[in-house]
Amino acid sequence: MNLLPFQISVGPLLYYWPRQRTMDFYAAVADSPADIVYVGETVCSRRHELRADDWLGLARDLRAEGKTVVLSGRTLIETGAEASALKKLCEQPDFMVEAGELGAVRHLSGRDFVAGPHLNAYHGGTLAWLANRGAVRFVAPLEMDGPTLARLLQERPAGMQAEVMVWGRMALAFSARCFTARHFRLKKDDCGFRCIEHPDGLDMRTRESREFLGINGIQVQSAACLDLLAEAPELAGMGIEVLRVSPQSAGTLEAIAALDATRRGGKPDAVSPPAGIGRCNGYYYGQAGIALQEVAV
Amino acid sequence: MELVAPAGSLAALKAAIEAGADTVYLGLKNATNARNFAGLNFTEADIRAGVELAHRRNRQVLFAINTFVQAGRMTEWRAAVDAAHDLGADAVIMADPGLLAYASDRYPDLRLHLSVQGSATHADAIELMKEQFGIRRVVLPRVLTLAEVARICANVSVEVEVFGFGSLCVMAEGRCLLSSYATGDSPNNKGVCSPAHAVRWVEEDGRMDARLSGILIDRYEPGEPAAYPTLCKGRFDVDGHADHALEEPTSLNAIGLLPRLAEMGVSAIKIEGRQRSPAYVTQVVSTLRAALDSVHANAARYSPRPEWNAMLARHAEGSQVTQGAFERPWK
Repeated sequence: MNLLPFQISVGPLLYYWPRQRTMDFYAAVADSPADIVYVGETVCSRRHELRADDWLGLARDLRAEGKTVVLSGRTLIETGAEASALKKLCEQPDFMVEAGELGAVRHLSGRDFVAGPHLNAYHGGTLAWLANRGAVRFVAPLEMDGPTLARLLQERPAGMQAEVMVWGRMALAFSARCFTARHFRLKKDDCGFRCIEHPDGLDMRTRESREFLGINGIQVQSAACLDLLAEAPELAGMGIEVLRVSPQSAGTLEAIAALDATRRGGKPDAVSPPAGIGRCNGYYYGQAGIALQEVAV
Repeated sequence: MELVAPAGSLAALKAAIEAGADTVYLGLKNATNARNFAGLNFTEADIRAGVELAHRRNRQVLFAINTFVQAGRMTEWRAAVDAAHDLGADAVIMADPGLLAYASDRYPDLRLHLSVQGSATHADAIELMKEQFGIRRVVLPRVLTLAEVARICANVSVEVEVFGFGSLCVMAEGRCLLSSYATGDSPNNKGVCSPAHAVRWVEEDGRMDARLSGILIDRYEPGEPAAYPTLCKGRFDVDGHADHALEEPTSLNAIGLLPRLAEMGVSAIKIEGRQRSPAYVTQVVSTLRAALDSVHANAARYSPRPEWNAMLARHAEGSQVTQGAFERPWK
């Protein structure tokens, strides 16, 4: 019996993990209390440890285990091949799709879909438009602070669900350039798939060795792990229906478990990010995203 | 091809028109546009004067209202759209779907352009905005190759505008939160990137540190030329290797590609830099004007003149230019 009515989602895996590691991770997710699982390659069309059909197979397996599965589309479309693959993803009839950019919104218009966190739904006017297109849920922009989020919820169309990312490194920017390949002095189209060696991305520190950003292929991420686990009751109280955990190499299942304990009325222990990675929650408190406001639990 | 020039002030607008811009774009003095810098942008009186001047010379004025409406504050952005309409804008450049919906409903005759901040990178995304809001032009992100631009031109039913010169965003515009991660303020939520109020220069033993909200963005040895600490162009440490991990301080210069852009059907060439001086506007616009006139006179025999490139290099970040993603040397 859940005292707090939120659902727990697992966002798409943003890193390039070896196939077996990916399968093992999702087997563990299947056994976890997560309700919704987003799957698919959203970062780089060159990655191939799992191909489109493998992701679909994984989606079916997770559904068979009782999870609600959503297929996530790419967040930056450049080539014709990427545009075609996105159209195909949006046209498959079996699973709901998370739109990562506007082209997906066009393909998904008229059917139920999830509006992803990078669609820039900052106010009710945009939510109304997305709901008219078919969006049944939206993921709030990562940089939104708590009071603004509360106002956004007041402006949302009736029946549209809200989802907020609460744990994991945040994807802050997307480029045509692959920064991992750039670091290794490799061409993007002949990159050697070096991102497979970095299960949480590559750390990019300041020249004073301060933790700052992370490089994950064409993405730039926060080096610190977002941690709004302690704020889960407050978010649920605002009317957020779904709280999202974004996969990291360690701590993901613990974050899911902590959210589950919270909704059952328990007091979970703090969750550690992967070794060497700090925490942040500044956006929620109206500060720089990198800031960390310690919260009394 | 139309030459679209930046105007951060009435003086810059006049300079752009004198130097041969077909169109100028400007913003109001508030967070509704993506160059919301202190001392920049237009009061209502300036806009009236600027629009009057431009229209007398048969030039166009575009209003950039290209940030994202923050929840609870729609009235501010609506007021900006209303002002653009009432003050005689020839088009409004917007990114926010909810605001585009307002503008297209309220002012069906107002010409709408999709801002680069709108992040439409392929034909399906662009056509959606045409179908939904009747946009007449799209400004393409600076992440696309020439081949990708050509494919978009062939597959969309709106005009295409691309950047021809200016500071280079290496990230897909409208979706970059690096600045707010470091400072709290971003292009999307405040109309700024790496804002001046967060910048601190600290000199020690002749060495200069450039910080953004205390975060070390770059460090210059004595005698080394220092650049404004735009976050993505700083030097950082990856695996013990300190370098420009994301991008060098460099500017886009597509002057060598103008005939190819014209051939593929690009309608307008945009110059970045509403935050730059009237002198920048004069020199860059007149250079691009000469280049475009040369393309229009005889595209087959076009070749950028050395003095044009020299002039543009003077206004480039770190005096370096690149053809950016158009040619994608790193691909």
